[in-house]
Amino acid sequence: MSDESKSYKVLPIGGLIPKAGSSHDYNTGTWRSSRPVHNKDNCINCLFCWIYCPDSSVIVEDEKFSHFDYDHCKGCGICQFECPTKVKAITMESEDKYR
Amino acid sequence: MSKKIVAMTGNHAVANAMKQINPDVCAAYPITPSTEVMQVFASFAADGAVDTNLVTVESEHSAMSACIGAAAAGGRVMTATSSAGLALMWEMLYVASGTRLPIVMQVVNRALSAPINIHCDHSDSMGARDASWIQLYAENAQEAYDNIIQAVLISEEMDVRLPIMTCMDGFIISHSIEKMELLDDNEVKAFIGDYKPHFPMLDVENPVTYGPIALQNFYIEMKRQQVDAMESAKQVILDVGKKFGDSFGRHYGFFEEYMLEDAEVAFVVMSSAAGTVKAVVNELREKGHKVGLLKPRMFRPFPAEEMANALKHLKALVVMDRSDSFGSAGGPLFTEVRSALYGVENAPLAFGKVFGLGGRDLEVHHVEELFKELDKASKTGTIDKVTDYITVRV
Ligand code: SF4
Ligand code: SF4
Repeated sequence: MSDESKSYKVLPIGGLIPKAGSSHDYNTGTWRSSRPVHNKDNCINCLFCWIYCPDSSVIVEDEKFSHFDYDHCKGCGICQFECPTKVKAITMESEDKYR
Repeated sequence: MSKKIVAMTGNHAVANAMKQINPDVCAAYPITPSTEVMQVFASFAADGAVDTNLVTVESEHSAMSACIGAAAAGGRVMTATSSAGLALMWEMLYVASGTRLPIVMQVVNRALSAPINIHCDHSDSMGARDASWIQLYAENAQEAYDNIIQAVLISEEMDVRLPIMTCMDGFIISHSIEKMELLDDNEVKAFIGDYKPHFPMLDVENPVTYGPIALQNFYIEMKRQQVDAMESAKQVILDVGKKFGDSFGRHYGFFEEYMLEDAEVAFVVMSSAAGTVKAVVNELREKGHKVGLLKPRMFRPFPAEEMANALKHLKALVVMDRSDSFGSAGGPLFTEVRSALYGVENAPLAFGKVFGLGGRDLEVHHVEELFKELDKASKTGTIDKVTDYITVRV
């Protein structure tokens, strides 16, 4: 974030963030050690993954799974766990493969 | 202006000031000797004399937490505590100051356990001296009353936005009845004015995040801001003290100088003990000794330069601490004062005495003995011991 180059004199006092939605600017995706990978062929678009994702990182378009937001996905694996057993359309893969 | 002279304990005086201030929220937990402040205030609340939301909590940690929440929400917030109660607030003291919330807290000074002791010394508030809270100390009930009213304005000033402790001596002041003047309700109301909160959380049109994490990339900037806030507080304390004096006749600054100007030796002592020392100074002056007193009112921020200027003409001075910093180079006040004098040309000889821990009385003869030491130091140009205790059995 650009604020990281600013002097203490111009930063808001007390660590306050006087602007809404700033967590969008914070890239939590860098914390990930493994990432969810989607298999379109198995997906039944139940959207359990979308409901359960704690970081709003499952992006839905036209009521269908579209993609993962890897800038914010922390790789917790909840989406993989919640994806119905019969289809298992999400697998967690080591982040090493993508570096 | 109608003068209302009353006989009141320090605790009643502070509770009456709080009634006149009429804060939005008070969250408190009782502890001797400050209990009476909230007890009296609670009866005002029960009688409908204030609009305050009085939150009774299960500990002092919760009391300060609730104060922090209420202050972040945008309220004018006050509380009171002593000793172990203040110690239990420790974690939250730093959250209050680090979040830059104006909270006014009456500290009724009491010793810390162990051994358990309910009487006065300054080890509670002095232990909190690095918590980035402004600290004012009162000699008597009148000053306690005047300080807490001024504290509201000081703490809320936009360049300051720091919480503030107003301190008075447990039992000696909190429970002794003194003659003092109460201001008119409307005068207090006009003096403190309406509160303008800074980014209140209840302003849903302008959402704000309180208490986010700040690691290597932001934390030190936030701390550096607090240094500026303390620096700004100095001028604000002077301005508010002058405004108070111009309005009500009692002027306040960083410290009180008592027969100091032409003095050759002097005592530096805070709070109620200053009253005893003044009596001895009067007595010694009658005998022709050039002796004076400097009574610090403000300990945080510490007015180092101004104090050095007020003391530099002396030959010798003794700094009296009602608390100790065990294993250090002296009591908290002594180390500050001596440090302030460092580099001053022909600086006076300075030595420190810890006294009165756990409520041990400081008597006139103790002060007279100290004067003999001061006198000797000024004549010989040497001091026997840089720091020591008095009022202790040896
Ligand atoms: S939970 Fe599995 S099946 Fe359901 S939408 Fe997500 S990926 Fe597709
Ligand atoms: S791994 Fe966790 S954070 Fe990432 S998309 Fe799945 S549920 Fe969301």
